[in-house]
Amino acid sequence: MKWAMVWTVVACTAIADLLQSYEMKRAAVAAEDLRPGRWGSVLAGIVQRVPLVAAIFFMAISFFAFLKLLTLADLSFAVPVTAASVVAETILARLILRENVTVLRWAGVFFVASGVVLLAA
Amino acid sequence: MPAPPSLLEQAAPRSAVRRPELRTNLLTAFVILTNVLGNFSLSWGMKHHAMHLGASPLPYIEVIFSPWVLLGTTLLIFWLLSRMTLLGWADLSYVLPVTSVGYVLTAILGRYFFNEQISWQRWTGTMLIVIGISLVGLTLPNTTGRGRGQLR
Repeated sequence: MKWAMVWTVVACTAIADLLQSYEMKRAAVAAEDLRPGRWGSVLAGIVQRVPLVAAIFFMAISFFAFLKLLTLADLSFAVPVTAASVVAETILARLILRENVTVLRWAGVFFVASGVVLLAA
Repeated sequence: MPAPPSLLEQAAPRSAVRRPELRTNLLTAFVILTNVLGNFSLSWGMKHHAMHLGASPLPYIEVIFSPWVLLGTTLLIFWLLSRMTLLGWADLSYVLPVTSVGYVLTAILGRYFFNEQISWQRWTGTMLIVIGISLVGLTLPNTTGRGRGQLR
């Protein structure tokens, strides 16, 4: 059950991040829109974009799976182990977002995967 | 002949264009802070809410409206929106490493506030994750050239 929750969190986080990265690159929020008076219009802009709404849906699934995971495992296990999403996201960022994943970047992914294995030991 | 100003330069104040690193660093710090404190509040609320969560959605709704979980949820909503903004300014593979310090801060909070036992394997694993994500952070922040549009 614990690992089912871990993989649900990882998969849904990866899908949500890809959707957000794709859509927010297409139309980024400007610096001046971060002022409190403009939050409403920014939110209104976000909810009109299907990829961002889909991303929030997957993040919600990830959130509830994470809540369940916190009842099954320590916080110091639950949060770092979900870093496995970095591996999935790097692969998908290369394949889908066409980001340039260099040797250094793959080495980083290897370290992350090793760390996740150690956490599970 | 100088290049025409980009959409970002036309829309943002001159000082913000001159100091994009400061702007990005401040937002990154906010993203990390809301994530760490949000997770901490959520965990605190869940540990103090003696309830078994099953398939029914009702217990989840009841938990969400407990004070600590509500605070954690609010902080994580701010985290979601600020991170979404950050993803518009930098690569996904840049945002992931620079926010990785949150893993270490979360482990430290778990150790000191929840008295969680963290074995040397977990500490080593956490450090490997941070080293790995930091290595990724040494690469170029934006490799696609996208992220110039404005959300309107």
